[in-house]
Amino acid sequence: MSAAAAPPPPPRILEVPHGTRRRIVNKSMEGIAWLSAITAVGILGVVVWSIASKGWSELSLDLITKPPIPFSFTNAPQGLANAFAGTIVIVTLATLMAVPMGIMVALYLNEFARPSIRTSVGLMTDILAGVPAIVIGVFVYSLLVAGGGGQSGWKGAFALAILMLPFVTRTTVEVLALVPNSLREASLGLGVPRWRTTTSIVVPRAIGGILTGTVLAVARVAGETAPLLFTSSLVGNQVSWDPTHALQTVPVAIFELSESPDPKDHARAWAAGFVLLMFILAASLTARWLATRNARKIAGR
Amino acid sequence: VSSLDVSPEARRPFSGRRVHVGDIVLQGAAALAALAATLLVVLIVREVVDGARPAIEKFGISFITDVVWNPVAGREAYGAGAFLFGTIITSFFALLLATPLALGIALFLTELSPGFIKTPVTALVETLAAVPSVLIGLWGILVLGPILRTHIEPWLHSVLGWLPFFGEPSSSGASVFTAIIVLTIMILPIVSSISRELFLGVPHELKEAALGLGTTRWEMVRGVMFPYARGGVAAALILGLGRAMGEAIAVTQVIGGGVHISWNLFDTGDTLGSKIASEYQGATSNLEVSSLIYLGLLLLLLSLITNIGAQWIVRQVNKKHGITRGGHA
Repeated sequence: MSAAAAPPPPPRILEVPHGTRRRIVNKSMEGIAWLSAITAVGILGVVVWSIASKGWSELSLDLITKPPIPFSFTNAPQGLANAFAGTIVIVTLATLMAVPMGIMVALYLNEFARPSIRTSVGLMTDILAGVPAIVIGVFVYSLLVAGGGGQSGWKGAFALAILMLPFVTRTTVEVLALVPNSLREASLGLGVPRWRTTTSIVVPRAIGGILTGTVLAVARVAGETAPLLFTSSLVGNQVSWDPTHALQTVPVAIFELSESPDPKDHARAWAAGFVLLMFILAASLTARWLATRNARKIAGR
Repeated sequence: VSSLDVSPEARRPFSGRRVHVGDIVLQGAAALAALAATLLVVLIVREVVDGARPAIEKFGISFITDVVWNPVAGREAYGAGAFLFGTIITSFFALLLATPLALGIALFLTELSPGFIKTPVTALVETLAAVPSVLIGLWGILVLGPILRTHIEPWLHSVLGWLPFFGEPSSSGASVFTAIIVLTIMILPIVSSISRELFLGVPHELKEAALGLGTTRWEMVRGVMFPYARGGVAAALILGLGRAMGEAIAVTQVIGGGVHISWNLFDTGDTLGSKIASEYQGATSNLEVSSLIYLGLLLLLLSLITNIGAQWIVRQVNKKHGITRGGHA
């Protein structure tokens, strides 16, 4: 008998030797990636930080409690109470319009539609999501404002709802797709009709995710300016909660104040922007928290 | 067949197949909503064409290239040339600046970054994506503009002044250049987060196989990750381009306005979106309003072309790789 087989030779280490061209190219590309990441993060950090710091230093309670004073040469405290009221009204109305509609579209896409219809309707909602916000504003202006009646909070809310719709639809479709098919099959197999299965089994399972999508959609449109310029921007300075008239909103107010030459107006714009940004970030964080909380629940694991 | 002895009872379809009123109502309502959402796109196109009709009839197709915007009564003449030029040049340069930075961030986050940096950087990128455009515009005109005017623009002019793009620095800080930087910042988060997802989707086996063959990390990125994610990254870039072209508010705040074609990026200018947004209270005659809507129509067509192009690429890629998500703006 021969001796035990010779041990295999140690594996050659496939390390590229120092100083070769390949290694230098690799190191320099890694350096470029690091550099561009640092540059980009630097820029992003500066933007977020300067909005936060400028806004924080200008913040005061007057901002949300006092209306603006037109053509004031005094230093009397003034705020943007009208804009905050208008944003609350318009965004609430837009949410009430877009969310039920978006859920219905998503139910159709995920629960009822044949694959071919599903693809084409899905493509249309994706296209709708890509229409620039300013074009939505022009559309609503041309459809509702120019013909008569002029601007109103309703029309602004309608324009925002169009922006929200594809967003709500997409997130709801994604959540519905996570509901396990075995649940639907179990329910249908017990003789429960389709509509009862959908409303009592599928939707309750997905409701957390739908809520997450809604919160994200609200965060997204709360800062939209363009659709409101043509539909709800010619406004007075008094606080109003009546959507049949044009209402001032926070983004439109910031837009107008940013074009003003008066530093006092800039200060109010920073402060209002800070409040808006904090609201949006809080909503995003809430949505993420809801999402992680619900992800496991939906899948039933 | 006829010999089978089956009672009429048993021949009845079982009750689970019975048509329920609730089924018809729910499915009908859902189908109606889907139909309405689909028709909305058609309605938008139709309504914008309708609103632009007086201008289309008056100026025809030459509106697209005419460099004029004269609202003086009696001598009214409108054209989109300057704004189309502004839209193309701002979005092109923004994409040019954003692409390497976005890919750099994405590669950094997927391949290079240590774990403890990854989370805050990702969070920062997502935070920036959530900042409303009006705030970026506010920052652009009050913080970025003055810095560009006093430091960056004179420096670029002295170093690269022989190029037509870097002429005399702007006087106020509002310029096409400022708009380009602002747009770059706005599309950076979108492109980088989509690219990051695509890079994360590259199968580990492929990457390990390449590294196992002795490639360097960069050779693996170039030879495996880029080809794998190519289609998706192209779609992400087109989506970013569409976003840059469609942005109106932030651009209006920083671009300064003007009806002219200038290759000097430090000049003021206007884009389709910024012209519409800046005239929202100023338009007086019906023809001017209609011409503004005509600008909106051109913008709508540009965005439809870019979006459908991006969707098409995403679908092609998904077919090839079975990736579930191509990303979206």
